Amino acid sequence: MSAEPADPVLELDQLSLSFGGLSALSGLDLRVSDREVVSVIGPNGAGKTTVFNVITGVYQPSAGDVRFAGKSIAGQPPHVVAGLGVARTFQTLRLFMNMSVIENVMAATYGRTKAMPWESVLRLPRARREEREVRALAEEVLSFFGQRLAGYRWDQPAYSLSYANRRRLEIARALATRPRLLLLDEPAAGMNPAETHEVTELIGRLRDERGVAILVIEHDMHVVAGCSDRVVALDHGVKVAEGGFDQVASHPAVVEAYMGRHPEDLAEAAE
Amino acid sequence: MSVESQGPQVGADEWVARQAHRREYLPSWLGRAQRAGERVGWWPRLAVAGLAGLVLPLLGIGGFQLQVGIDALVIALLAVGLNIVVGWTGLLDLGYVAFFGFGAYGYALLSSAQIGTTGIHLPYYLSLPIVLIGAALLGLAVGLPSRRLSGDYLAIVTLFFGEAFVEFTNNVAPSKLGGPNGITSIDPIKIFGIQLTTNASYYYLLVIVLVVTMAVLRLLDTSRTGRAWRAVREDPLAAAAMTIPVNRVKLLAFACGAMVAALAGTIYAAQQASVFPTDFDTPILILIYAGLILGGAGSIAGAVTGALVVMVIYDGLLRSPAEASYLFYGLIVLTLLAKLRPWRRLALVLAATVALGFAAHAIAAAISASAVAGGPQSGGWIADALRYWVIVPANAQVAGNFGFVVLICLLVALVQVSSRWRTILLPPTLFLASFVWETRLVVEPSITRQLMIGAILIVMMNARPQGLLGQRRVEVAT
Repeated sequence: MSAEPADPVLELDQLSLSFGGLSALSGLDLRVSDREVVSVIGPNGAGKTTVFNVITGVYQPSAGDVRFAGKSIAGQPPHVVAGLGVARTFQTLRLFMNMSVIENVMAATYGRTKAMPWESVLRLPRARREEREVRALAEEVLSFFGQRLAGYRWDQPAYSLSYANRRRLEIARALATRPRLLLLDEPAAGMNPAETHEVTELIGRLRDERGVAILVIEHDMHVVAGCSDRVVALDHGVKVAEGGFDQVASHPAVVEAYMGRHPEDLAEAAE
Repeated sequence: MSVESQGPQVGADEWVARQAHRREYLPSWLGRAQRAGERVGWWPRLAVAGLAGLVLPLLGIGGFQLQVGIDALVIALLAVGLNIVVGWTGLLDLGYVAFFGFGAYGYALLSSAQIGTTGIHLPYYLSLPIVLIGAALLGLAVGLPSRRLSGDYLAIVTLFFGEAFVEFTNNVAPSKLGGPNGITSIDPIKIFGIQLTTNASYYYLLVIVLVVTMAVLRLLDTSRTGRAWRAVREDPLAAAAMTIPVNRVKLLAFACGAMVAALAGTIYAAQQASVFPTDFDTPILILIYAGLILGGAGSIAGAVTGALVVMVIYDGLLRSPAEASYLFYGLIVLTLLAKLRPWRRLALVLAATVALGFAAHAIAAAISASAVAGGPQSGGWIADALRYWVIVPANAQVAGNFGFVVLICLLVALVQVSSRWRTILLPPTLFLASFVWETRLVVEPSITRQLMIGAILIVMMNARPQGLLGQRRVEVAT
């Protein structure tokens, strides 16, 4: 649905990463345009989360480049990358469990605020103004999830939330960094069918209402089919297919990656 | 955004909605006071606590009690500073006491005849900022190489730093730092032309400094800085992904903690008028940690409460064993009153204990006069009350040592047996506890206080692992 070379927010250019002799990613090219939802699929160990870790600066690429909004961000530390406008969620939830719901969101604005500690202590004008703005932003971001993260939950510790709400809170926290690109790592993992459907809608709303580009890793094919503008399939750190969902889902290389080779083909190969 | 007006909600589960009621409070009336305090807000609470602290000397507290108060307030100030690093940022810093020493030695050098021919005698409003800036820089210097370390590694590295400070003051530049003899005849603090020379004046100064520090840290805790510290404690990787520069935030915590410790150090040095390397060694560190853990790491009020409790027991016991007896028996009676239910069981145990004592005393006296020749070692009316109850033989030391071993065995048995047997075993245990106290513990306060701190921490760990005023935390295994 998106015209291909519109306005690349993220460009991965021949990206490679190896740990010692083990190649986790090799020669990966990927583009995400403005307001585009790109899904990354692939079997376990295909390197999906590794791609996220390279983009966000957790790992340094061995070769190739990561460009965000035209600028290279390869090798930048994670908090700088996040400050530029790349936010992420984690496959295994990584909330600030013992902080309140609203504090979780407010903490994510650290990079955009400037008040020094003494300004906060003396409640000087800049600190007061920032605190007001941060609170307003946090409330606005949480309101995006409607009743799910309603006001009475804001002052409760994050650990008191249900599993699905923790996933929502993680997205809310990511939104508070005011991202242009949002990386969602299995947002529907562990959710029931109703909640999974909600995630699909949520991803569409994030793109349409908040205008972010989204790169999403997901195993649930209903979500992938429902939200993606484009699908990229990885296997063993290599891109094996790219295109619309139907096209990729029926691609022989993708079928092989998930299901193994067809017995007849195997027999053929053996001969 | 109100929820009540919109009727029942999808997913608005009751369990979460009632979370506020499940918060853990202290038992009985203490919990009610805690709840009432939460309704008033933090600064009136702090003001009331501060005023109470200031009024205390007017109620006739003086002499050694005032010295206990001063020591307790110094440790409370240190615990509040340690809370920044350990409670909020989650960095196990075992070299913290070195910053206390740095503050004390810094003030000592700037306010004594140590340097130059006549020495340096700076007024406090000059020496304090110099020492604080120095401490902050030292905090950064220690934090810088250790900022990539966490957990066990950080603990060991900082522990080395703390020990290095003691070695440094012991061995480097003895003409300036005094070596093991320390620095003596340090000037008292001068503020606005007033010389603080009496213990009472230092007590007042410490109360004010502690209250101001608590207020400052409370304001910091609810700011972006405090949120960043706690975010780093909860999950450094997620914090970095949420625009928080983890290393810088850790260094800031080190520097802030160091400044609070140095502040405590300057007042300590001025009040003692002398500093020695051993004042800043591991025993003090353990006391600060004991206070912080007992009170609840992560809570400012908890850190102060814990430190005060630990120091009143630890210091008070050494300075006046007679008064410690009130504390010992008082605690036992209070615990029985609070924990023994139903009431007739309580009455039964108390009556049995009293009867057992008098009976045992009478029998022992009838058998041999020397078996009760010692008499209670506690002072005041307690000794009179216990004269014909507790058995203290002439050779109290040997009997007390045996009694101590039996008491430990009885205590271990007490927590293992059924409720019925516990009721039966309680009177002899209580009697034996009093026996051991009167024969051995009260005459060896320097050992007893260590035992009591250990016992309190063990009880605390089982009854309330989050500390007196701390909130229980969930740990997420990653």
